[in-house]
Amino acid sequence: MVRFVIKRLLMLIPVLLGISLVVLILIDVTPGDPARMMLGAQATQEQVNALREELGLNDPLPVRYGRFIWQLLHGDLGTSLMTKRPVATEMWERFPYTLTLVVLGTTLSVLIGIPIGIYAAVHQRTWKDNTAIFLALISVSMPSFWFALLLIRFFGVYLGWLPVSGVDDWKGWVLPSVAMALGLTALIARQMRSDMLEVLRQDFITTARAKGLSERRVVYRHALKNAMIPVIMVIGGIFGVMLGGSLITEVIYSIPGLGQYIMTALYNRDYPVIQSGILVVSGMFAVIILIVDVIFALVDPRIRSQYTRKEKRKAGRQLAKETKTVETT
Amino acid sequence: MQKRRKQSRLHEVWHQLKKNKVAVVALFILVLLILVAIFAPFLAPHPYEKQNSKLANAGPSREHPLGNDRLGRDILSRLIYGTRQSMQMGIVSVAIAAVIGILIGSVAGYYGGWVDNLSMRLLDIYQAIPMFLLSVSLAAILGPSLRNAIIALGIGTVPGYARIMRASVLTVREKEYIEAAKAINASDFRIIWKYIIPNAIGPLIVQITMGVGACILAGSALSFIGLGVQPPIPEWGAMISDARRVMREHPTHALYPGLCVMISVLACNLLGDGLRDALDPRLKN
Repeated sequence: MVRFVIKRLLMLIPVLLGISLVVLILIDVTPGDPARMMLGAQATQEQVNALREELGLNDPLPVRYGRFIWQLLHGDLGTSLMTKRPVATEMWERFPYTLTLVVLGTTLSVLIGIPIGIYAAVHQRTWKDNTAIFLALISVSMPSFWFALLLIRFFGVYLGWLPVSGVDDWKGWVLPSVAMALGLTALIARQMRSDMLEVLRQDFITTARAKGLSERRVVYRHALKNAMIPVIMVIGGIFGVMLGGSLITEVIYSIPGLGQYIMTALYNRDYPVIQSGILVVSGMFAVIILIVDVIFALVDPRIRSQYTRKEKRKAGRQLAKETKTVETT
Repeated sequence: MQKRRKQSRLHEVWHQLKKNKVAVVALFILVLLILVAIFAPFLAPHPYEKQNSKLANAGPSREHPLGNDRLGRDILSRLIYGTRQSMQMGIVSVAIAAVIGILIGSVAGYYGGWVDNLSMRLLDIYQAIPMFLLSVSLAAILGPSLRNAIIALGIGTVPGYARIMRASVLTVREKEYIEAAKAINASDFRIIWKYIIPNAIGPLIVQITMGVGACILAGSALSFIGLGVQPPIPEWGAMISDARRVMREHPTHALYPGLCVMISVLACNLLGDGLRDALDPRLKN
């Protein structure tokens, strides 16, 4: 198990290096001069050139990439062109907000989605099931920013129960987390339902029922454990969707998190912030996926044995897994 | 021979799909939306950019069934024209992503070995960036416009298609007909093009249908934050963004475009679900 975790951690390094290279190339090929951006339109060409030299923008790409990595290893993520403050410090201040939002949103969607999924599966082909599926489908198809605005309009303006923006106290977190959780709750519920139905059809469930166990015990003790596995896999992908969604949600609810920080940087073409922002958010995502994978291996002995015995997975199984992970994104 | 088999397979899927009333309704809605997009200039009662300050924020009337926005533009006409942008973003970006994904997936799956390893590791890097973050960054870096939004969405969603295609190719690769094709000395290109892709594409069809919905959703989000379609061209997401300014007094201005997005995405998802059942009836539950 420890070896598995270490191996996965080491695999993170090339991925993060790759991301930073991709982002650097992207910024490199786009029109627009960061030095010109910093100095404003009135600056002379000489001033711009001098600043370019000073910032090292005239160096070839590999040199700049090397320097970026070197600074990164020293915990230096560059300096924001707008605020002139170190990006690392600014991101560290904003990190807790995004983490809170993402964790609240995911917790909410898991806590609501899983029971709904089980409920729908147990009542398959009844009106209860149909209503649950229909509501889930509608929630998946809704633009989350639109839902966020409707929430603000209803609970913030019309009823006046919750603040329309800002997160000064716990009340402020309610609407953003609900807005983030909506579509993903539905996604988890759908996944839970279909996995539950699949498991309930298997022989060991028939055996459990034949033994005379109560239906409740069959569902919650025998079926749930097996049905949870694909759901956990989906939850990993959901964090990625959440991190992406935090860009808009944080702007709508004026939450001073990483999403808002990156959005502002994108509007201002604040390149050091964009570069490090994408890297940091992707890093967060990668670490979360890693944690989910470890939990996954802990929960399912079949997976655990796969990593220790290094058995090759069959193509069909691979297909099922890919289809499931992809559907979440 | 090949052609006849393909036709009968399509027939079979269509036959299965027809039994599913919800999926048929979804298909009907999608066709309708595409028609609305094509014939928008004939369907819209007013030009989308025509402002009328006297009618600013006016409620519904006989002339303007859904009322007017804060600049006095007819909301219904703007919704009708907005269909064009959303359908383009959904369909074109998925087409880009699917074509690239199918190519990467089939080459990686067919050749295996280091080609497979390399492309999968590259996709790992790709997928490590949350999809929406990638699309937003691409759209911002390329500059806001409909074309760039489509490119950003297309590039952002490639890995999903590539992975499914690869996994599907892996199951097809070992079949006897591929061996037969190899035995008659068919070139790799011919094998991939004529045998691998047609036989492995099945699992992708559902993904593509739902992908259109996902791209409509993400595209409206891009426009909402100002990185997609630019004013005065109407787009549902941009209309919601515009309606934020009068959200307090006139919440319906934001309501309609959101409903439009929801209906189109819902139709894609329902059709995708229906196709999944039609393609593989065993999965139905």
